[in-house]
Amino acid sequence: MAATAARPPRIGRLERSALTGVLVREVVNYSSYWKSSTFSSTVEPTIYLLAFGFGFGSLVSSIGGMDYVDFVGTGTVATAVLFSSAFPGMFGTFVKYQFQRTYDAILAAPVDTEELVSAEAIWIATRAGVYGCVPMIVAMFFGLDPAWGMLAVPFLGWIGGFGWANFGIAIAGFSKSFENFNYIVSAVLTPLFLLAGSFFPLSEFPTWAKVLAQLNPLHWLVMLIRDCVILGWHSEDWLRLAALILFGIVMWRIAIYAMTRKLVD
Amino acid sequence: MPELAISLRGAVKRYGPITAVDGLDLEVPMGTCVGLLGPNGAGKSTTMRLLTAQSIADEGEIEVLGFKLPGESKQARAQLGVAPQLDNLDTTLTVEQNLLVFAHLYRIPRHERKDAIERAIVMAKLVERRDSKVDKLSGGMRRRLLIARALIHRPRLILLDEPTVGLDPQVRQELWALIDALRSEGTTILMSTHYIEEAQRLADTVLIMSHGKAVAAGPPSDLVVEHAGHEVLEVYGSPARLAEVEAEAREAGLRTRRTGTSVSILNVDGFKGFEGVRRAANLEDVFVLLTGEEIA
Repeated sequence: MAATAARPPRIGRLERSALTGVLVREVVNYSSYWKSSTFSSTVEPTIYLLAFGFGFGSLVSSIGGMDYVDFVGTGTVATAVLFSSAFPGMFGTFVKYQFQRTYDAILAAPVDTEELVSAEAIWIATRAGVYGCVPMIVAMFFGLDPAWGMLAVPFLGWIGGFGWANFGIAIAGFSKSFENFNYIVSAVLTPLFLLAGSFFPLSEFPTWAKVLAQLNPLHWLVMLIRDCVILGWHSEDWLRLAALILFGIVMWRIAIYAMTRKLVD
Repeated sequence: MPELAISLRGAVKRYGPITAVDGLDLEVPMGTCVGLLGPNGAGKSTTMRLLTAQSIADEGEIEVLGFKLPGESKQARAQLGVAPQLDNLDTTLTVEQNLLVFAHLYRIPRHERKDAIERAIVMAKLVERRDSKVDKLSGGMRRRLLIARALIHRPRLILLDEPTVGLDPQVRQELWALIDALRSEGTTILMSTHYIEEAQRLADTVLIMSHGKAVAAGPPSDLVVEHAGHEVLEVYGSPARLAEVEAEAREAGLRTRRTGTSVSILNVDGFKGFEGVRRAANLEDVFVLLTGEEIA
């Protein structure tokens, strides 16, 4: 709570029972919409995978020593994580405070904004971690070899999803209307999505684009997943992992700030 | 246990140039029902938001159930139930699922959860509709569910923000019965309303609000007697005649108010002079007299 930051600390910040309460609401709600949500989160990346796989796959058979299907199959994991975290973060949050006034009801209970935002982000990240595995599983049907490193994918997806969920929540908190989301999707998410190295390698890009890509959390996630599943863990992956965790923490705090401003006046 | 469930001293809340709550003092003793009466925009809903720390006061001291706000608001909220003016139920969930969610949010221990949900369903008279989705319920049912949801953890204090606004008269009376039952069980209630009759029937004490301030407070019947007397004379006539009546009454030292087609002359107990219809004085007379505003 920004307005009370100078006061003595509140008793019990980030209490488990408060987080559980918000999560229970999400889980119960999920039982009413899981079909459509699972459908869109799995079909969309699968279409990307098939379109790029068959389209580009007929032109390029391998990239950097990887089969193209393996390359794009692992790259699409990050795309699936992004789609299933940033969008629910933005639209879901906006709908819940603006139209359903759900957050008014929750904040009248013993739950603080910090707990509300954290629980929502945990929930979205968990879904993103699971949905993120779908393209990888589909790619296995097209020849991606099983590997122990695949077991790390849901966890990496969770970390990336946590950051993007908080990014979406923060955008919803700062936005006055739905229309603002168009700017974010066009000016932020689409470039990041294309500059991630999911569908094509970035090696032929101009230097400035390569530098930008190094700052793109989605790119870190793509590289981490590819290394875990195909190429093997490199020492710079530790740096990427640390950066991805830092991205999540920074976004988390920004999301809490934005939503506190929005919900507590 | 504190003697006062709610205490506001000099509470001020500004939104830019607008002062929604302007130095409000309010006390709600344990076990009573206090009505905040005022027209739309008087600051009632803002006052309610201050009590859950969803709005932070710019000035003044607020205590709820002995906890100082906003620092200790979470402890206060744990023992407090809130039924907001705008329905914020989860419409795609069933009655039972809505209550289940709030049983968790209000931290009801696992072994008591089932009973708490059952009790709330009975209280909301939705036993037959427990598996219905909320968007299939009528307005009255939804409002009953909203109130039952606020009571699921047996709070010592409940805030009802305009509990019957926008409902049919018959549904309103059902809700009054529900609120009255709570009151007789000893639950402390702070209720905002702009319906005079609601305040008069349910509240032990009424606080009349106007422009963010308390303009009078006391038991409804005392307020009426004090400010408007026992009887009011309604005089009907042409606009010109009404103006004459007003002037004459004022000369005789009586207070008047215009009510559309008539002039009401207040505190006419024993006074004879005008032809008109005598009726009992009510809170609305007090309200208009004190604030110069029409209500509802």
